[in-house]
Amino acid sequence: MPETTRPAVLHAEDVSVVYPGRPPVVAVDGVSVTVHAGETVALVGESGSGKSSLGRALIGMEPVAGGTIEFDGRPVVPLGLRARAARDTAMQMVFQDPSTALNPRRPVGDQVRDGIRAAARRGVDVPDLPDLFGRVGLDPGSAGRRPREFSGGQQQRLVIARALAASPRLLIADEPISSLDASTQSSVADLMRRLVAEAGAGMLFISHDLSVVRRIADRVLVMYAGRIVEQGPTEQIWAAHRHPYTRALLGAIPVPDGEGRLPRAPSEEERATWREAAAFLD
Amino acid sequence: MSILTIDHLGIEIGHPLVHDLSLDLEPGRIQGLAGQSGSGKTLTSLAILGLLPRTARVSGSIHFGDRDLVGLTGRRLADIRGRHISMVFQDPSSSLHPQLTVGHQLTDHMRRHLGLGRRRAVERAVELLSQVKVPEPERALRRYPHQFSGGQRQRIAIAIAIACEPEVLLADEPTTALDVTVQAGILQLLRELVDERSLAVLLVTHDLGVMSAVADDIAVMRAGRIVERADRHTLFHSPRSDYTRTLLEALPGARHGGSDA
Repeated sequence: MPETTRPAVLHAEDVSVVYPGRPPVVAVDGVSVTVHAGETVALVGESGSGKSSLGRALIGMEPVAGGTIEFDGRPVVPLGLRARAARDTAMQMVFQDPSTALNPRRPVGDQVRDGIRAAARRGVDVPDLPDLFGRVGLDPGSAGRRPREFSGGQQQRLVIARALAASPRLLIADEPISSLDASTQSSVADLMRRLVAEAGAGMLFISHDLSVVRRIADRVLVMYAGRIVEQGPTEQIWAAHRHPYTRALLGAIPVPDGEGRLPRAPSEEERATWREAAAFLD
Repeated sequence: MSILTIDHLGIEIGHPLVHDLSLDLEPGRIQGLAGQSGSGKTLTSLAILGLLPRTARVSGSIHFGDRDLVGLTGRRLADIRGRHISMVFQDPSSSLHPQLTVGHQLTDHMRRHLGLGRRRAVERAVELLSQVKVPEPERALRRYPHQFSGGQRQRIAIAIAIACEPEVLLADEPTTALDVTVQAGILQLLRELVDERSLAVLLVTHDLGVMSAVADDIAVMRAGRIVERADRHTLFHSPRSDYTRTLLEALPGARHGGSDA
């Protein structure tokens, strides 16, 4: 298991994110996360559970109200208006919507080269452009084209190529496949997992798509109402989950078996009990 | 007995996108339309409501009763849209008007199509919201879309769609933007509406799990053509086309791996 043999690339302790308001909204409530090199950790939960806030906080894009975040043993510096320090480009993020993550007016090859330059500034081995395009399954000959000439799935592959170009040690992906269609979803998720593992990087994969998570994650963190309510190795979460929210979440996945079975929708009463139930974090 | 009959539909926008598509919708049944993005699913549903871009060239026919919807324009189309055939889209935050109250959006078309007075329309709006299980319906009418969660917004969009008691509902990826726990509630609601009101539904989705949960009949599209049509059970258990088989085999944790079932 990677936990014992490989170093932690990301180690966050007791992180909170609070948005101002009357009353203030506690989006993330004392969460601890560790991601090891070569490991894919999935963060699952419904919208509003704080997944994205946590992901953004871990990478320094969201100010934290409390807790500590270390990347490769040093504190993560919150992102300001200036470009981030060269060292921090070893953390990369992939967002849900590739059409807003790419500059519509620049050729895609130039945008992937931004990543290569970031890696070069850190003095690490630099991948070349044709190789990166090939690794994400795109034709290097298309490097001169603009984003709009690519489909949504291809755009997300370009975003992934740009992130990998920076030779990241940690990749945080926030719903990277949910704007893609079904068969593309699994192939892009598989691709991300494989490439990240090959690079020896760690990945935090934020998703509400549980079937994909089951396929690619080594460990799963289940988040509800700002807290991690359960975590464990993926197969344990599926086969022997303990928290009632995890049970409801997995039970709500429609099974594609052609039997016409409606998944069970949890009631408001059930929801009320989830927040109170003890967390399973061992 | 079909309520809507699509016959040899062809759609061209610059180049041909949908070819020779035929499909029937029946009251009380959900007809699924599956396929990857770009296969022509959404274009087909937009063609029914005359929502294609002006440059689109449409051939074939779409019969609703004795009317052919292809080529119908202006007032004649407006009398059908929202009244007899209505639509629910993927993203309820963009299909609802952000600056109008839920009550406004829920009563406007009822007053026009059904000729209801203000008070009667409001009463009916309250009924509709409770039917789609939006909590505190009276209060909800005075609120704006952003004050609801994604799942509640989709319930509101469904309430608007069924307000004038249409015979046909077109639902394009209605749960794709929602979490599985919220999706489960919307799928139950859809099934109830179909069973109780004999609504005919065209369900467009790439999610075969959703298809398996609610669709009665399924058509699989690829590159603008229907490659296979069958009832749900047959399609999942003995698909005839290689393409359908490929789609089913590509499913993560698909029918072969149903160990958690």
